[in-house]
Amino acid sequence: MSLAEQLDARSCVLMRLGERRFALAADHVAELAAPSRIFRFAHNTPEIDGVILRRGRVVPVCDVAEKLTGRRLMHRRFYLIATRRQGESLDWIALPVSGDCELIQADLTPAGPSDSPHVQAWLSHDGEVIEVLNLKALTPGHDCVLSAVPTAATPEAHA
Amino acid sequence: MRFAPTHKSHPVRTEQIILFRAGNQVFAISSASVQEVRSVDSLASAAAEINEPDISKVKHAIRRGERNLYVVNAAVHFGLRPTPAALIFLLRRSRVALLIDGIEKMTTMTHLQALPGAFCHDERSWYRGLTVLDQNVIPVVNPAGFLTAKEIFRLDIATAPQAMPEGAAEPGAELNL
Repeated sequence: MSLAEQLDARSCVLMRLGERRFALAADHVAELAAPSRIFRFAHNTPEIDGVILRRGRVVPVCDVAEKLTGRRLMHRRFYLIATRRQGESLDWIALPVSGDCELIQADLTPAGPSDSPHVQAWLSHDGEVIEVLNLKALTPGHDCVLSAVPTAATPEAHA
Repeated sequence: MRFAPTHKSHPVRTEQIILFRAGNQVFAISSASVQEVRSVDSLASAAAEINEPDISKVKHAIRRGERNLYVVNAAVHFGLRPTPAALIFLLRRSRVALLIDGIEKMTTMTHLQALPGAFCHDERSWYRGLTVLDQNVIPVVNPAGFLTAKEIFRLDIATAPQAMPEGAAEPGAELNL
């Protein structure tokens, strides 16, 4: 495989988690939002902090910093609202980030077999080699069976 | 000159819900799922104790006709710290009676959003979805999610030899819904 074939130029969003920077494919990013009130309710998915309301949607907040850097974020500057395809639907998920985000165009090197599952590819920017994240491997829910809860007997409300 | 409307307005389907508190958190349940609301005191004499260590959220059963209803402590079910419970919801077409702290209010929801896919554990059976009321996100409980058929079977076996007090739990509720 030639170098040209290995490299794949794509738009990526660089995000800061503490001292480190990571990248996410730009087509998986919906928006960057200011921190807003987080709502918490009882659940058993430890990776999820709670949910925020964004444009009428309930968006789960998932702090990936601990997985990636070993430390939880002490300061949340923004939420990077990312999207992941979940079967037929497009799921939104809010990733707290600790600094500004930057849209860049970069050549991607595909991840190798020895790389962690959360690494989708690598890019080089400003002399730094940066992981391009595989959101499905990093956030919960991609492998759980979204079995429909039997609610046929109960009325549903829809606007 | 009259223009045709650009879009049709759809009538909004609404659902009556009860907001209740358990373990210091607020939940919603469809009022159609609740048959009766009783005070804990009014059912105390009708309840028999159950000691099934694997189903710690159920400590009591109430005899209703030919069957037992199992009293599920809502706070324990949701993994919350138990708080003093004052009311019991007897659920419609169910073997479950739900022990709660109290009722916040009855209201109407117009939209139920599916639980986001990132939630991937027990909560998928606990909730029908989430609703937004007064800029608050409230989980809407799934009445069928409190006890599985297997758990009910085990509780039936555990209570089979017991003589359950009868009569006090007959219909005649303080509040019929």
